[in-house]
Amino acid sequence: MRYTITVLVQNHYGVLSKVAGLIARRGFNIESLAVGVTENPDISRMTIAVDCDESGVEQVEKQLNKLIPTIKVKVLEEGAYIARELTMVKVSCNARQREEIMTLAELMHARIIDVTATSLTLELTDTTARTENFISLLKPFGIKELVRTGISAIELGANTTKK
Amino acid sequence: MTGAQIVLECLKQEGVSVVFGYPGATIAPFYDALAKDGSIRHVLVRQEQNAGHAASGYSRASGKVGVCCTTSGPGATNLITGLATAYMDSIPMVALTGQVRSDLLGRDVFQEADITGACEPFTKHSYLATDTQELPTIIKEAFHIAATGRPGPVLIDLPQDTLEREFEGEFVYPDSVDIIGYKPRTKGHPLQMKRALEAIAGAERPVICAGGGVVSAQSRRELLKFAEKLDIPVVSTLMGVGMMPTEHPLYMGMLGTHGIYSANYAIHHADLVILCGARVGDRAMSKPDQIAKKAQIIHIDIDPAEIGKNMKADIPIVGDIRLVLKNITEKSVEMKHTEWVDDLKQRKAAHTPVFNSIPGQVDPRNFMRTLSEEVSKHSKAILVADVGENQIWSANNFAFRGGRFLTSGGLGTMGYSLGAALGAKIAKPQRQVFAVCGDGSFQMMMCELATLKQHDVPVKVVIMQNNRLGMVRELQDKLYEGRYSGVMLDGSPDFVKLAQAYDIPAECIDDDSKVTEAIGRMLGSSEPYVLVCKVAEDIPSRQED
Repeated sequence: MRYTITVLVQNHYGVLSKVAGLIARRGFNIESLAVGVTENPDISRMTIAVDCDESGVEQVEKQLNKLIPTIKVKVLEEGAYIARELTMVKVSCNARQREEIMTLAELMHARIIDVTATSLTLELTDTTARTENFISLLKPFGIKELVRTGISAIELGANTTKK
Repeated sequence: MTGAQIVLECLKQEGVSVVFGYPGATIAPFYDALAKDGSIRHVLVRQEQNAGHAASGYSRASGKVGVCCTTSGPGATNLITGLATAYMDSIPMVALTGQVRSDLLGRDVFQEADITGACEPFTKHSYLATDTQELPTIIKEAFHIAATGRPGPVLIDLPQDTLEREFEGEFVYPDSVDIIGYKPRTKGHPLQMKRALEAIAGAERPVICAGGGVVSAQSRRELLKFAEKLDIPVVSTLMGVGMMPTEHPLYMGMLGTHGIYSANYAIHHADLVILCGARVGDRAMSKPDQIAKKAQIIHIDIDPAEIGKNMKADIPIVGDIRLVLKNITEKSVEMKHTEWVDDLKQRKAAHTPVFNSIPGQVDPRNFMRTLSEEVSKHSKAILVADVGENQIWSANNFAFRGGRFLTSGGLGTMGYSLGAALGAKIAKPQRQVFAVCGDGSFQMMMCELATLKQHDVPVKVVIMQNNRLGMVRELQDKLYEGRYSGVMLDGSPDFVKLAQAYDIPAECIDDDSKVTEAIGRMLGSSEPYVLVCKVAEDIPSRQED
């Protein structure tokens, strides 16, 4: 099963490698990892998606907690959070196909961020499932390049991870 | 004051009186400060790995944080095995490594190695100290992290310019630390404590499994009181050996693949298993699920990640074992499990083997029994066992009566014993300290005889010589139809002559009849001593083969 873990860490040199190394070392596969600074510049937030069973995610959580620069670890509960990822995709297209792709982009709430005579580059921010769908719809046109950030997640409601 | 002097002052503030190490160019400013100051003793080892083992042995014997230091590059990489050994056994240590100048980092200059990166899996925490001003905070934190919670080694990598730069302003050593993400829990959760008390009260066949955590928490007395008041038999893991007096009627021995029958019987027939600071390693419990199927499990550990890692726990208690055991003992009423304890006692007695002497060889198991008899007349000994058959012979046959058993239980590092014994003897000069090893492990560390000699550290070295890598040979007998591959130690030197070359008294014995007197001579010597025992190749590590 896929779990989403949010981790607050001290914004220090080498912390990312500590976190990523630990998860890999313990035999868990990171599906995606997104990191960025929080409202407090001394603290970074990581959103990690891992694929494992329940006892596996419990171990990941406990092991992450053992790292000294870790401030807070939370395995997000299904349905209690919003997750999004940013995707940029460069598609081959000739003049004839351009209209078709633009319609698709509009339907999927994607933005067109670059246009050439032979390609279109689109940007989508959405859930993983809708992103996958979007990519499969673009495939027939020929995907030249695909960039995904991996998910970032935030909890629903007024509560914060820190609390 | 320079950064190097600041490091030294900080060590003094932490009460450090001895550092085990090996110098080199990048750490030279620190060595200069050591020499100028003169108040911290430096013990020069002969290979950096053994500086790690010595700091570990010092730490385990003294209960304080052991300190070692090496230079950058190969000095630091040699130390890795020492750090990894300490990490697996949760030993509090601070390691200082020199590093190339910070403006040269990442350029692959002479003797540069990314040691904080390399040691990531083997340290509790590490620092690359590029700012001289941060040294006091870093060192204060390092000692705090090493010694609290689940203890472990902490590495501080010190670029040469950090050590050379002048510290600006007045030096003040911080009197407290505040690490936002590090607040180890020491008291057990009240609800789980209540559940544990109920489970204990309701159990008919409870057993306590004492692991290395009992040692870390310095809770020998609490363990004994707990077991005695509630009349609960105790088994131990390799790391827990020596915490219960070996001859105590409630002690059923070491469990696991190399343990003894009564201990394994107890854990497999219990209806309640109380794990105390045991990480349920595969050598102790190869099939934890089978045990958990039959018994309720109370797991007490200061490290929450240990609970449920290798075995499911019905009642998890995160906390300091000393506090938890004390609390449980106080809140419990006296109990008796006469039938269960008697059954185990009978099984233990029925399975205590007698090893018949064979002329022309020393039976290492008889030797260890005789050694413990002879030693207990004098003092509470510290027995450091190396890794291999010698480790198991030591663990199963030396009777502990308040002494200590030190060994590399987790990583299983051959060549551990001499360095660790060196550190232990420096920590406890009044105690007899033995390094028991095989001829394989001895040859991994024999350079340290010079260290014993140079620093006048009278460790007693016992070499069980069978000219074989015995434990691997056993494995090849069992799993590879006796095809011996790479286990013959032909070409080894005469260890007595070797010791004498270091001007260390030595003796070789080749018959059980000579053991008592030879041990007497070894104990009577005030110098380092080497006693070689000629052991037959077919004597197994297990007690009951």
